[in-house]
Amino acid sequence: MDVIIENLPLYWEGFLRTLFLSAVSGVIALVLGTVLAAARVSPVAALRGFSMTYVEILRNTPLTIAFFFAAIVLPRLGVKFEQFEVAAIIALSAYTAAFIAEAVRSGVNSVPVGQAEAARSIGMKFGQVLSLIILPQALRTVIPPLINILIALVKNSSVAGAFFVLELFGYGRQLANANGDAVLAVLLGVAFFYLLITVPLGILASTVERKVAIAR
Amino acid sequence: MSSVLYDVPGPKARRVSLIGSVVGSLLILGLLAWIVSTLAQQGIFEGRRWAIFTRADVWALLGNGIGATLSAAAVAAVIAFPLGLLLCLMRISDLAAIRIPTRIVLEFLRGMPVVLMMFFVLLVFGTNQFIAVVAGLVLYNAAVFAEIIRAGIQSLPKGQREAGLTIGLTSFQSRMIIELPQAVRRMMPSLVAQLVVLLKDTSLGYIVAYGELLRAVQVMADFLGTQFLFPVFFVAAAIYIAINICVSRIAVWIERRGSKKAAGGVAKAEPEPIEAEVA
Repeated sequence: MDVIIENLPLYWEGFLRTLFLSAVSGVIALVLGTVLAAARVSPVAALRGFSMTYVEILRNTPLTIAFFFAAIVLPRLGVKFEQFEVAAIIALSAYTAAFIAEAVRSGVNSVPVGQAEAARSIGMKFGQVLSLIILPQALRTVIPPLINILIALVKNSSVAGAFFVLELFGYGRQLANANGDAVLAVLLGVAFFYLLITVPLGILASTVERKVAIAR
Repeated sequence: MSSVLYDVPGPKARRVSLIGSVVGSLLILGLLAWIVSTLAQQGIFEGRRWAIFTRADVWALLGNGIGATLSAAAVAAVIAFPLGLLLCLMRISDLAAIRIPTRIVLEFLRGMPVVLMMFFVLLVFGTNQFIAVVAGLVLYNAAVFAEIIRAGIQSLPKGQREAGLTIGLTSFQSRMIIELPQAVRRMMPSLVAQLVVLLKDTSLGYIVAYGELLRAVQVMADFLGTQFLFPVFFVAAAIYIAINICVSRIAVWIERRGSKKAAGGVAKAEPEPIEAEVA
């Protein structure tokens, strides 16, 4: 226990860094994922194809590979980062966006066809149908899966710790190496801070799920 | 396309769409061309960099990496599935003394990063890397399997269990004979999709220095020189993606087959096992 209390500032710093990574990547992934989902259902074939290829490839890429690419391969290609955090955010948001796109698309498919038909019959264009009628309803259905994706994102951000970003897992590794006799306590401390984020989010997901379950 | 968000395009809309497609394609091609030319400036496409793939030892190393990846995934899957079944039965037990602790354990396992569990097993129990990787994968995926199967059982009509109990089966017998087989079958697409996640997560073994595919790439780059990092990395990434897409396809195929039976010949267009597919 002592080792946790002594290093509480480090834990706290790691915790904040994990929150920061997750929040920034989460916002970027949400925007990118929604755009990808919109492209996936759009009438323009090239956009559909591009979005499908992106989602299919990224969803089947291990996250470690994405990180390896962003943190090690990209800099050698001449894309230099001031901080490794930027690479981590690129990897996390590119990866998560694929899952968000799939979730939003399945939400779009869950909106009854009559909604789109009604919107079209009063003269709305594709963009209006999507942004005013379909997406608001779709997003409501996909909020629980989206929260689950965000939980996964928080856990995935731990991979950044292996690629030179000092977040929770990164500090945990450092502390474990420095305190060989108290590894158990060190890692349980790390686990506690992760659960501090993921468990409340999980409860939120199931609460929201119960609330919107009656919607359709 | 299962929902029609736009009218069947007329000649004008088709023209606009065609122009859009051409412009979009040009943009994407331009982006690709830029990437390729940047890569070419770095000398990525020089023949000698790719010539290493004619060497047997390079393929032997890659083969070892693939073998290590697949064996960790296979062993983990084989252990995690029965364990997940057991955890699921405990999670829905009639006895609160079993149900509640199991629930806490499941929440704990699902809320932690897999790589942390691998690291934990490696350091606290002093195991070798293979066991650490497998243990991390088993702990996490057993918990996810348990939740998937539980969702399957809860999606069954209530009458299934009631009928079982009415004809005198015990609660346990009803679970084993009536509910579990249906639940597992119903959730098969999600379970296979979770296998993709499991397979992908073996790459976390890289972080605990397990000799899987990505580690093989790193080792080769260290030995042969970093100029070979790109070719080897791209080949390895392609192998990973190819394997995972194959397993994903199997999940889609199972889903189609299953829903064809369920809906009397009408297949659902796409599987939506969102929650399960996220790792």
